[in-house]
Amino acid sequence: MTGFDFDDLAVEDVSRHFGRRRAVSRITFRTTRGAVLGLLGPNGAGKSTLLALLATLLRPSAGRIRYGTHDTAVHGPSLRASIGVLGHDLFLYPELTAHENLEFFAGLYALADPRAAAADALRQAGLADRAGDAVSSFSRGMRQRVALERALIHRPRLLLLDEPFTGLDDASAAALAARLRTLRETGAIVVLATHDLDLAEGLFDSAVFLRDGRMVDVVDRPEALRSTYRHIMSRAHTVPSVSRTEG
Amino acid sequence: MFARVVWLVLRKDLTVEVRSLEIAYTTLFFAVSCVLVFAFALVHEGRAPEDGAAGILWIAIAFAGTLALGRTFERERQSETLRALLLAPAARPAIYVGKLLGIVTLLVAGEMVLVPLVALLFQAPLLARPLWLTAILVTGTVGFASVGTLFAAMLVRARSRDVLLPVLLYPITVPVIIAGVRATAALLQPDVEIDILRFWLALLVCFDIVFVTLALWTFEPLMTD
Repeated sequence: MTGFDFDDLAVEDVSRHFGRRRAVSRITFRTTRGAVLGLLGPNGAGKSTLLALLATLLRPSAGRIRYGTHDTAVHGPSLRASIGVLGHDLFLYPELTAHENLEFFAGLYALADPRAAAADALRQAGLADRAGDAVSSFSRGMRQRVALERALIHRPRLLLLDEPFTGLDDASAAALAARLRTLRETGAIVVLATHDLDLAEGLFDSAVFLRDGRMVDVVDRPEALRSTYRHIMSRAHTVPSVSRTEG
Repeated sequence: MFARVVWLVLRKDLTVEVRSLEIAYTTLFFAVSCVLVFAFALVHEGRAPEDGAAGILWIAIAFAGTLALGRTFERERQSETLRALLLAPAARPAIYVGKLLGIVTLLVAGEMVLVPLVALLFQAPLLARPLWLTAILVTGTVGFASVGTLFAAMLVRARSRDVLLPVLLYPITVPVIIAGVRATAALLQPDVEIDILRFWLALLVCFDIVFVTLALWTFEPLMTD
């Protein structure tokens, strides 16, 4: 951990508007170390905007986000050192090799030995033998593994993932889910936005359900994720209120 | 840390470009075509219009520069790597300076081809005073690219970025281009007046200082939202 450390993440009545369009409205939740929080909802629900807000790429139009006792307004760059992001786009340079990509990002995060950090990350990804190959020659699953290591290379306290299972085969998806469980055990705060409810089954310690930019429910230890999702979304369609459910 | 981030971004951009040569080929091809067209249109019986070489050189630099700026940031957009740069705890002005130096390096490399070509086709003694010419080209290129880098980064998510970039860029960089043209034209006179050259060069340095300072000041807030 190279930046500020923190034990919890609190989103307090956060809204974000783009001009007159409301992307997210009055979102409130809290999560702590060693927990995986799911952001679930249909397309346009506001999941990616919420992740961008958590990543400090956007500022809330209203409300605030607290990382332990820290606030983005005060601790921008130092706070970013404690946050890792794996987006739907992989944030990798296809012309560079896997090692060059990871070494570049390790350097940006001011790690003491970027070369060694990149080599370690590639071993972790099981791609040490492909270190010198351009990322453009990798399959989607291999790129995803490199991208995950890029997001984790600075050992962030908070890991934000946007649709990380997209395009992965079953084995890669299972490996990713296993890696997320390991991160949870090591005390990371993981926030994951996904549509893939089957792959995410059993992964979440809590789940925030979003629809049209509004939070419609928060469920602790959600089980039978798909049926819970259907139930909550059909209810949200008729009753736009927020409740808290024990799974 | 600032210098280290600048170096990392610059080295990364140059490595990517050396591997693909995409921007080098496209900008050079475009700039050389531009110079050739003007040469065929304006040079008759081996005689070029007075000061024509200075204008053609800077038109080619400005057009090729706009192309390079667009492509550089298009590359960052395709894999959303600009987002990754902004997510890093590095100072954002350092990222800006790294990108700026990458573009300036590419444009200066292109100018090393353009200058002899313009000198040859327009019978212009551009290479008679290489140090003055280098100073004019580098200061002019920095002034143009400093504004261009800021706007190209700002527009990276805009749908009509290819149209908006020149629309925003040219009105603001016209003073730089005019100063570059006048300084280069002064250099082409049979009796070079050093005082005039110094004046235009000082003006270019002033533009550079103002534009780079403003860009460093505004890059972080502009890229946050």
